[in-house]
Amino acid sequence: MSATQLSQSLAPTARAIVSTDTFKHSPALGAALALLGVKGSIPLLHGAQGCTAAAKVKLVNHFLEAIPLATTAMDEVSTVLGGEENIIQAVLALAKKSQPELVGVCSTALTATRGDDLAGAVRLLRKQQPQLAALPICVIESPDFMGGMQEGFAAAVASLLQTFAEPGAIIAGQITIVVGASLAPGDVQEIKDLVEAFGLDALLVPDLADSLDGHFAASASTAVAQGGVTVERLRLAGRSEQIVAIGASVLPAARLLAERCERPLVSFDHLMTLEAVDDLIRLLMQWSGRAVPERYRRQRRQVQDALLDTHFYFGHKQVALALERDLLTGVEAFLRSCGASIAIGLTPQMGDLHQLEQACGDVDLLISSSQASDLAGRMGVSLYRLGFPIVDRLGNGLRVSVGYGGLLNLLIGIGNQLLIDELAVNDFSSA
Amino acid sequence: MVHAPSNRELLNEPACPHNHAVHGHGADAGSQAAGQGRKKAANGCKQKALPGEAQGGCAFDGSLITLVPITDVAHLVHGPIACGGHSWGTRGSLSSGPTLHRHGFTTDLSEHDIIFGAETKLRQAISAIALEHAPAAIFVYATCVTALIGEDIEAVCRAMAQELSLPVIPVHSAGYRGSKNFGNRLGGQALLDHVIGTRDADDDLTPSINIIGEYNIAGELWSIELLLRVLGIKIQAKITGDGRYVDIAAAHCADLNVVICSKALLNVARTMEQRYGIPFIEASFYGSANVSQCLRQIVDYLVDAQVVPLSLIDDCEALIESQTARMKRRLAPYRARLEGKKIVLYTGGVKSWSIIAAAQDLGMQIVATSVRKSTADDQARMRDLLGPEGILMEKGGASEILRVIDATGADMLIAGGRNQYTALKAGIPFLHINQERHHPYAGYQGIVEMAKEIDESMHSPVWEQVRRPAPWEVTA
Repeated sequence: MSATQLSQSLAPTARAIVSTDTFKHSPALGAALALLGVKGSIPLLHGAQGCTAAAKVKLVNHFLEAIPLATTAMDEVSTVLGGEENIIQAVLALAKKSQPELVGVCSTALTATRGDDLAGAVRLLRKQQPQLAALPICVIESPDFMGGMQEGFAAAVASLLQTFAEPGAIIAGQITIVVGASLAPGDVQEIKDLVEAFGLDALLVPDLADSLDGHFAASASTAVAQGGVTVERLRLAGRSEQIVAIGASVLPAARLLAERCERPLVSFDHLMTLEAVDDLIRLLMQWSGRAVPERYRRQRRQVQDALLDTHFYFGHKQVALALERDLLTGVEAFLRSCGASIAIGLTPQMGDLHQLEQACGDVDLLISSSQASDLAGRMGVSLYRLGFPIVDRLGNGLRVSVGYGGLLNLLIGIGNQLLIDELAVNDFSSA
Repeated sequence: MVHAPSNRELLNEPACPHNHAVHGHGADAGSQAAGQGRKKAANGCKQKALPGEAQGGCAFDGSLITLVPITDVAHLVHGPIACGGHSWGTRGSLSSGPTLHRHGFTTDLSEHDIIFGAETKLRQAISAIALEHAPAAIFVYATCVTALIGEDIEAVCRAMAQELSLPVIPVHSAGYRGSKNFGNRLGGQALLDHVIGTRDADDDLTPSINIIGEYNIAGELWSIELLLRVLGIKIQAKITGDGRYVDIAAAHCADLNVVICSKALLNVARTMEQRYGIPFIEASFYGSANVSQCLRQIVDYLVDAQVVPLSLIDDCEALIESQTARMKRRLAPYRARLEGKKIVLYTGGVKSWSIIAAAQDLGMQIVATSVRKSTADDQARMRDLLGPEGILMEKGGASEILRVIDATGADMLIAGGRNQYTALKAGIPFLHINQERHHPYAGYQGIVEMAKEIDESMHSPVWEQVRRPAPWEVTA
């Protein structure tokens, strides 16, 4: 039975009534994360101050970095009267205090329910404050009810491309790569390295690689995003030779860009199987006209060797997954490619951790964020942590799970966990 | 916004010092104003959050902080995903028994729910939770959106309580109503309106106290509970760290309320004094002087009230002496390494006192402290303690903190998690003192734990390495 079928067999009543231990996060949080992949940016959540504070705590605890994130601080009065003025005041305050290179205004459930006109507020701001004419601002509709973190992330990516990318003469050797929320900063770096190894120029949208990878820069301001793609480069995103989307969630945004700028588009659901990575490499060979660098040839042989070494532990294992859609797609494909079976695979839209616990029966491994650690304890299975947030393991900004390098990490990381669990069972039975 | 106690009522908390004095710039202005009893008062809790500037949590966040530590209760957030989804499982409040409070329940409103109303969904959610989890009670939290669309959670809770024969408690915690501190008070108000006094204690004979405003972060409450147990004093209700619903419902049976480090819950103590004649004292569990004073106050009161024998005073002194001696022994090696080091303290009003007291045990010097949330009286006391050189920081924000650290040559920043990376990225040792930390600092042994943490951080070999120039930066 496929994961989707199994998930459909969840009691529909249980599903509708109350969410218990959800692993969904707000779209506004996802939008903020995407914006942090633009250099010098500040995400501004249009809502009560708690919307920002809670999202910030989540991001800080996952990345172990200072996270610039601002609020329009809606209170009782502005909620009644309308929050447009709060947006203007907030942008003014941020422009004065932090000299941002981009302000991304994101709506929340509160202000979307009110019907605040974000774009209108920005237009008014431009009119009232001509000195801010040059300040890049983009608007993102990210109300809670539109989905989860991945959907908000994709909405921000769409807004960035729509607001800044312009058609124009093709820039030789430039490849625009639009990535979704499933790609961690380490993954983005892996993709960048790979593309650049073919002599191509990778333009990542967004680029979390040198923003949230965790690097020490003593003098850097933490009031705006430290790294990422610049707004200037974003303007060139429609002038690449190729546009590549990674993750189904950002495919619509990439397609719009490709159509508007009349550029060819290639898309990948994930880069978490040998087959998918091979496909990308084949394209890179074609686009660059270059041979594959030796280090990737060697790395591919390492992946094949790891597949052989680990298949004893993956074979016929039942795995339960609770991940956002894009990541779920990739991890499911990866596990199947190693011989494991998916006992159940849930997205936060399909169900919550409580339903997973009730539906999944005996499994060998659980893959989810650290929110599932209590659940794993109750189920008596190991938890391999992927997704967001991970607050009980270090190094989340550096984790790589795409490309040949990422495949090696997954094979060995998950393989070791399965091996340890097997040995523990053997110890127990021989004792 | 139905039936909810109004902001003005709740902001007007007579026992809160914010209502006694004008916020002065410096000690003199404040204490004079207080002395003259000027009318221009009562604005301490009304600090308005500024767009683009505001940093902290909202009233919803504050209500959760106050109530979620009640362990045998289902906490149901009626709102969009950000409210419930971001908050569950994030706090370090430990339980000695039930763990229902670790689950996150939410109605996760859809667009349809918002347009057509979600009271039916809320009713069904309450039923489903009652059926499946058999909670001692269900707390239902309002959020900005449900308040805005006019969901009558009060009526839903009343109806469901009757239908299920189970306490179903509405909490009017819409985030936009105010700050985190204000939300603490809203949480307290829910306990006053719907929980406290609804049941009698099983054992009304043992001398007992309530602990109010302690959340058992990393098990801090347990070290205090142990000390009280030695003295034969029972904690009737823990409000709310490691709390149980029925104990809190019977909180009015206690002899004394002890309010810990949280002016935000003074409304609970003051109202209980009015309603049930239970007096309250304010105390802190951080720093040996505070812990000792707290124990003495409790015992003195109970002796005066003739619910414990006079000899308990001597028992208490003996306990304090042995505990203090043990603490000093264990602290000695750290004290030798920490004495004279300079700290910048950046935290909320009352928590500052606790850390100042703890720093005294360690022989460390506080060179600057934040006074953003402090009353004029507090500021005057701070001025006395820090001396004329000490900096009282009126402004907040990362750059101001770094500026003050630089100006004072401080060795360390003690603050909430939000500023952790501000400090670390600037190469400054940091100690975490908020809700998510993993180490208990309360009581006599907590000081030792804190000393160990500070020592580890301050004398770690990593600082030299992060300040070390890269090979390509060295000029020959």
